[in-house]
Amino acid sequence: MDDLRISPLQHLHHRLAEAGSDGPRGVRLRELAFSTQIGLRAEPGSAAHQRLAEVLGGLPGAVGETTGSPQQTATLWLAPDEFLTLAAPDSDHLLDQLKEALGDDPGQVVDLSANRTTVELIGGAARETLEKGVPADLHPRSFGIDQAVTTTLGPVPVLLWRTGENSFRVLLRSSYAEYLAHWLLDAVREFQVTS
Amino acid sequence: MMLIPCPHCGPRNETEFRYGGQAHVAYPRDPYALTDEQWGRYLFYRENPKGQFAERWVHTAGCRKWFNALRDTVTYEFLSTEATPGAAS
Ligand SMILES: [Zn+2]
Repeated sequence: MDDLRISPLQHLHHRLAEAGSDGPRGVRLRELAFSTQIGLRAEPGSAAHQRLAEVLGGLPGAVGETTGSPQQTATLWLAPDEFLTLAAPDSDHLLDQLKEALGDDPGQVVDLSANRTTVELIGGAARETLEKGVPADLHPRSFGIDQAVTTTLGPVPVLLWRTGENSFRVLLRSSYAEYLAHWLLDAVREFQVTS
Repeated sequence: MMLIPCPHCGPRNETEFRYGGQAHVAYPRDPYALTDEQWGRYLFYRENPKGQFAERWVHTAGCRKWFNALRDTVTYEFLSTEATPGAAS
């Protein structure tokens, strides 16, 4: 099964790797493929919202917030009653748990894993790279670690998640992946020049 | 670029929003009771004031919620925005 599936950026993995550089003015790019993505909808204050929150160890309550951790299971705020849970590939068990928690109540638990892929940027120039195309303020004073926002990168709608001091994840719809990978390859070119 | 304050997401670029026309236009209680002219007025006729105007906007590139805004049509200034009842807050 694993050798049969092809991620949206698989054909560009080598180019993403080659484009990276290290050091304070470097940035490394890679695709994090096949993560489990579960779309959640539940009204805050409802019993279903509470049960989903119990499964996940809390749901984010306001714009920018996330719960959990990027290394394991995390949930991003999309709207007051809409969230995106991210987990390791093939986390079917979590999907089942969340479906059970929602039960027949109003709301939704939907497997959206094929909807988006993830590009990770790590390095001293990660923020500078993103700032070339993201209108949101990425300065640490307004975009802290573990924050995530819906925004655009170039013309492409993305979810942008700051997972560490110098690490960001860009969650983008698979059909835009090719375009955005080339956009990023171009954007990091200036950092390949080592001084 | 204008900043529009989404009631859920805070100030965002205007390019993230779409316009939804005049706010508080109620759906007719009994559409079948209306004459063609009254139905036409409901569908197509809207205020066009010079100055303050209550409008609907949707944050398409963000939380995707509809909300109401009070905007000055002369200066484009957003005087206030509020979540639409029913859109979870
Ligand atoms: Zn919003």
